[in-house]
Amino acid sequence: MTDLEFLRLSGPQKFLYKLRCFLKNLPKAIANALKGLIAWFVGIFKGIGNELYDIFDTYRKGDWKTRISYTVMGFGSCARGQWLRGILFFAFQTIFNFYLFYPFIRTTGDAYSNGLGFLAKLMTLGTVETHKVGRKTVYGDNSFLIMLYGVLTIFLIIAFLYTWRVNVKQNKLAQQYLDKGKKLKSSREDLHDMLDSQFHKTLLALPTLGVTIFTILPIIFMILVAFTNYDNTHQPPGKLFTWVGMENFNTLLTVEKKNLTIELKENADGTVGMTINASNGDIISAKTDSKDAANAAVALIADGSGEFALEDNGDKTGLLTVYGDNGVPVELAISGLTYVQTPSMANTFKQVLLWTLVWAFFATFLNYFLGMLVAIMINKKGIKFKKLWRTILVMTIAIPQFISLLYVSKMFAADGLINGTLMSWGWIKEPLPFWTNPTWAKCTIIGINVWIGIPYLMLIATGILMNIPADLYESARIDGANAFQTYMKITLPYMLFVTGPYLLTSFTGNINNFNVIFLLSGGKPLSVGLAGNAGSTDLLITWLYKMTVTDSNYKLAAVMGILVFVVCAVINLVVYNLIPSVKNEEDFQ
Amino acid sequence: MAKQNNIPEVDIIVDEEKGVIREVQPDKKLRSKKGHERRVNASIYAILIAMSVIWLAPFVFLVLQSFRSYLTEAGGMVNYIVPKQFSMDNYIFLFQGAAFSFKLLAKDAGAIAVTVLTNLAGIAAIVAFLVRKPKNPLEKTKGNWKAAALVLLGLIALNAVRCVDSSNCDFVRWFINTLTVAMFCAVIQTLMQLSVSYTLSRMRFKGRKLLMNVVLVLGMFPGFLTMIVLYYLLKMLGLTQAGAIPGLILISCASSGMGYYISKGFFDTIPKSLDESARIDGATRFQVFLKIIMPMAKPIVIYTILMAFMGPWGDYVFASYVAFGHKASYNVAVGLYQWVNTNDYQGFFTRFCAGGVLVAIPITVLFMCLQKYYVEGVTGGAVKG
Repeated sequence: MTDLEFLRLSGPQKFLYKLRCFLKNLPKAIANALKGLIAWFVGIFKGIGNELYDIFDTYRKGDWKTRISYTVMGFGSCARGQWLRGILFFAFQTIFNFYLFYPFIRTTGDAYSNGLGFLAKLMTLGTVETHKVGRKTVYGDNSFLIMLYGVLTIFLIIAFLYTWRVNVKQNKLAQQYLDKGKKLKSSREDLHDMLDSQFHKTLLALPTLGVTIFTILPIIFMILVAFTNYDNTHQPPGKLFTWVGMENFNTLLTVEKKNLTIELKENADGTVGMTINASNGDIISAKTDSKDAANAAVALIADGSGEFALEDNGDKTGLLTVYGDNGVPVELAISGLTYVQTPSMANTFKQVLLWTLVWAFFATFLNYFLGMLVAIMINKKGIKFKKLWRTILVMTIAIPQFISLLYVSKMFAADGLINGTLMSWGWIKEPLPFWTNPTWAKCTIIGINVWIGIPYLMLIATGILMNIPADLYESARIDGANAFQTYMKITLPYMLFVTGPYLLTSFTGNINNFNVIFLLSGGKPLSVGLAGNAGSTDLLITWLYKMTVTDSNYKLAAVMGILVFVVCAVINLVVYNLIPSVKNEEDFQ
Repeated sequence: MAKQNNIPEVDIIVDEEKGVIREVQPDKKLRSKKGHERRVNASIYAILIAMSVIWLAPFVFLVLQSFRSYLTEAGGMVNYIVPKQFSMDNYIFLFQGAAFSFKLLAKDAGAIAVTVLTNLAGIAAIVAFLVRKPKNPLEKTKGNWKAAALVLLGLIALNAVRCVDSSNCDFVRWFINTLTVAMFCAVIQTLMQLSVSYTLSRMRFKGRKLLMNVVLVLGMFPGFLTMIVLYYLLKMLGLTQAGAIPGLILISCASSGMGYYISKGFFDTIPKSLDESARIDGATRFQVFLKIIMPMAKPIVIYTILMAFMGPWGDYVFASYVAFGHKASYNVAVGLYQWVNTNDYQGFFTRFCAGGVLVAIPITVLFMCLQKYYVEGVTGGAVKG
């Protein structure tokens, strides 16, 4: 397709075209990435080879100061007068050795262990459970600590190898410098460099340390937890947990095929009574008018394996869909419905993920367009008290959310202000189910989020709207465009172009928008159709919170965290691949 | 254009009722256009007024309910807005048990040391601000009165807060806890974020891109995922439950360097030639950072401080997890959340309202004063992404 043809397409067509291109290029891109990965690995091996050669070479050519530095780090630096460097190297080596060999970390009871000890048990996560022999407690392993310190040990070993390598290189360079008759940097000069040429290291040292210990280490730990059975029945120090492979991912992602049996019974009134038994204990009994459909359903699952989906209308009627391994799914309208159903984790996850995406979509785009509209209204010529309107709206940003959202959530409660007022006016008899009906709750949350979210967008849009050149509007007006047309052709494209990246971050931010859901509904209403304590308005992130804090189901929480990451990463990757073309398109216009 | 001017400007309107064609004079048409404009404006005003009502109503209700008498009316939720009897019951309850005593400044050796050190430092700062020599001979002001007054106010506030004995009063305790966390965060987080964003914006070194990508990837993991590990790490340091406040400060500050995006975007807009000319004049990078970039980055510094200060007031998740049921270590969010959700029928709802009002007032005033900087930061951040 040429550029000209591309430009003739309408907006959605352009998007579709780009999406198609993206998908078409995906295999190639993946192949390239793989090639790149292989090249990277080859590069790494070559690099390691070079490094090893250099290490040997340095030793061969090195003087005694250099050679001693191989075992006593920093010796060479000290001996050549670079005291500061030498002492730092030596201090790091001492601390590392202490951590690795001296048992100073208390595990269980009075047992102490060292870094190496934890590392050795990392493969099994401990074998001896704390138990009682007679009246005496025998303390065993602590899986949690083994994993935590095992990972930390690996971190430290990598850091040590790197530092050791730097130490060797330092010696080599120092020797070369002295051979050439140059002077080495003194400790004083080193200190000065820390504020000058090496200033970035000084500035980044503390933040990097903080992120490593309080973000990277915990995240790696939790990623590992996703592959274990760490939950409330395997809680250290009393119990052990161990590696289980991909089991947790399976629980959350794959729907198990059930063995179904359907029994039919013809009733006197011409309807067909059905009883469905599933291997996981689900029982459904219902009546249907269509005998053919019932027979088709029986035929469909004749081989014993199948799946069904049940929609309960709440008045004992519903829609039953029966899926088989091969053949078209059969839909049955049923009545007289009674059932016992244990919802599966995988189905719950699907529903929660769907609601999370729906929520993020509305929370982002509804706020975006309404906020822009409000900004346009306030900035319109001839509207007075601009500052006043803005200040009033900004109140929801200024007041901490836990106050405003908690109060508003109580306003909408069954015994809250709104229901109370409406009832005292006689408009309604029963309280409106703002927080008890799933659909109502979802709509209420989206609505209240507009209240919270418009002001941000209003502020952002105000700033950008002022930057749109006024002559664009002027010429549009002369050409006879009305307000709507100028909005569609000038304001909106400009805004979308400028705030594209913001929309993306805002979308992923809303996927992780904990506060609004937690403070408003807490994920409620709970539903029998959802497993794992999830409520109808739970996002992945609030469900993750419940799993961690309420259920102590750490293994699934960890899997969920990884999946949230995957969702965010995929969205980012796709959109970032589409955004550059959006920019090109803008260049054409 | 000249030709068009010759044609008389008239609009023709078909009046269907009378069956005649009327000519409308241009000025009349203009008036009708003005009328249209007026109608549009009127509807915009109507929408804006309606929105203002919706936006303010909950806060007005909150304030009104906080004045509902606890003794004569139900303390829980009721279906009317204006209390039948106004009283300060709820506010009195919030401060019950709190005591004020100057003796606390010199309770023990540690308290004396803190008092002496903070006051000496504060006085030194004030003196330094007052006697500061103007670098530029054209500069008229001899001292920075505003800064000195600000430090003095801060010093008085600090001493006053230290005189409050809150061991018997939950709300005051929570408030001081939150204030402590907020103040430390404001300082430490700002330093961390500024140093990271300055480095990434200004300096080119090996691994810079890698660093930024790692932060991007780490940012995509949900924050609560690592709660249990962080809890353990803090427990190991003795910073949970009774020591939850320093613990909270530690976790909020440790990883704060990751939020460098907005200030980096700001630093990117400061021309690099400024740095280079200063470097040529012999300034070290540290001096460039301190004396050239920082004074120009005032808006973004204030924005960062504001954000870091406001964050802890709404922090529920980590605060509740780290405090783990230890009531004295709650912050206002955790404490008030418990009030509103567990003890509704005992009248804690109106107490929640009163507490909410007391928390909201200082934060809102602060925010409104610094709104300009907030808007700058938010707009800049959105444009750069």
